[in-house]
Amino acid sequence: MEILSSLVDWSRAQFAMTAMYHWLFVPLTLGLGVIMSVMETLYVKTGNEQWKRAAKFWMTLFGINFAVGVATGLILEFEFGTNWSNYSWFVGDIFGAPLAIEGVVAFFMEATFISIMFFGWKRVSKKFHLASTWLTVTGATISALWILVANAWMQYPAGTTFNPETVRNEMTDFWSVLFSPVAMNKFFHTVISAWVLGSIFVIGISSWFLLKKRQADFALKSIRIATVFGLLSSIILLITGHGSAYHVAQRQPMKLAVMEGLYHGKAKADLLAFGILNPSKTFCNTEDELLLSIPVPIPGLLSWLGYDDCNAFVPGISDILNGGYELQNGQTALSFEEKQRRGKEAIQFLSDFRQAATAGDTEAKATAKAGLEENYDYFGYGYINKAEDLIPNVPLVFYSFHIMVILGMYFIAFFLVAGILVYRKKFENVRWLQKLAVWTIPLAYIAGQAGWIVAEVGRYPWAIQEVLPLNAAVSKISTGSVQLTFFLFLALFTVLLVAELGILTRQIKKGPEAEVN
Amino acid sequence: MKPVFLHRLYTFYRDGFKNMTVGKTLWILVLIKLFIMFAVLKVFFFPDFLNSRFDSNESKADYVQQELLRVNQ
Repeated sequence: MEILSSLVDWSRAQFAMTAMYHWLFVPLTLGLGVIMSVMETLYVKTGNEQWKRAAKFWMTLFGINFAVGVATGLILEFEFGTNWSNYSWFVGDIFGAPLAIEGVVAFFMEATFISIMFFGWKRVSKKFHLASTWLTVTGATISALWILVANAWMQYPAGTTFNPETVRNEMTDFWSVLFSPVAMNKFFHTVISAWVLGSIFVIGISSWFLLKKRQADFALKSIRIATVFGLLSSIILLITGHGSAYHVAQRQPMKLAVMEGLYHGKAKADLLAFGILNPSKTFCNTEDELLLSIPVPIPGLLSWLGYDDCNAFVPGISDILNGGYELQNGQTALSFEEKQRRGKEAIQFLSDFRQAATAGDTEAKATAKAGLEENYDYFGYGYINKAEDLIPNVPLVFYSFHIMVILGMYFIAFFLVAGILVYRKKFENVRWLQKLAVWTIPLAYIAGQAGWIVAEVGRYPWAIQEVLPLNAAVSKISTGSVQLTFFLFLALFTVLLVAELGILTRQIKKGPEAEVN
Repeated sequence: MKPVFLHRLYTFYRDGFKNMTVGKTLWILVLIKLFIMFAVLKVFFFPDFLNSRFDSNESKADYVQQELLRVNQ
């Protein structure tokens, strides 16, 4: 078991590193893409060459980021096939279909129009060029949609049925997979967070020009667009954030409890603005959960976010493991032991089904299939040895969540102040805000990464929520081979990141006056 | 497709690539990255676990089922 844990841990670490690295590039592509498209639209509408210059400058940075980041997501697919083969087989075409559509439709859309966007300034009409720019960004966003649909299915497996003949999940309703409420909310929350990052990037880089007393007109024009876009995006992000909390509460209550460090549930639960966890607190002892807690001064906010009801009961970690509380649908929550028992039964029924199939015993097959279907929702619990194994890393999820929320609030204030000052024509004189804008760029990346940590570490130990845990999803390969590739990736990613930062910095220093392709 | 269109398409890409400045560096970077990913990492370090061991879907299903039962022991 220790060896398996080590293999699972290294495989998780490798996947996390690859995904986090990939997510350094994606949000800037999505966010910067919209801003440069808006600038080009203004150029086409007004004929003002300054908008064209601005659009071309941000387009160059978009291109650098796109080129360095492109295909880094494919490494995740390598890892599925090698490190997570049980999982890859088990999910069947559900994961394959969205990824295939992403590869064929969205990628080719991007690839076609990106060349017109970069090569076509003097070769195609203004309107055709503008359409190509928007279609490039649309293609990138549709790519994100399919990836996020696949990810959302792992959090909330909808629209599928498990086939014991093939030991695979099969898609029974494509539209339920695509339009699952979790997928839709995840798509909007993630893409809009990328728009926020893109806005902060534009304001930060433009502020750098102001600090250097260069390109003031260009910088202020860019800041005007980015503050409005960023502020609107941040406000929508609050709404989709509420949507995320609601879906997590309904379908992944353990994640919500861990996000708030809530061991014992309560009705009319407050949301913490910030807190410090008690490191001695465990599921088994009775110590206090928090050494410091500063709640948001709105009573019952957590209950409202999770259940649209300020008085709703929010179960804590202990409640979820012990069961016995009333669920939203009026049923009583099962204890871990009951779920584990039903999970083991489901696994046994799968074994019985396969044996009956081999023996040609139709009646036994039907009985086993009925038993499996009845208990399938708890299938994954059959692999969990003890209740504590269901608890994700509390400090990592708790602090990541609160860092993300605090930064999200800071971004709204930042856009508001920057927007007011730039529209009152005072931004160029406020140097502290310009410096703050530059330093806000890394904070936007930290917020995005923290969000993914909450989403992914928070659903531990599940590869597929409640159906397949990580220890059953992993391939039977040597830990050493995963360690080796982990460090190979680390080296490759570091080199690529240094290359990107070098090229990006050089291009920024040249400024919008440089005519590049 | 008319030959004129194909010629225009050809010159569009030819001129586009020829006039690249920072784009040339980026293309070199992309090609090196893709070479490392597909010719080195994928071939030597990331074989598809099931495809490299089993020929048919039935044998893959049997193996995964055995694995799912083994982990449960």
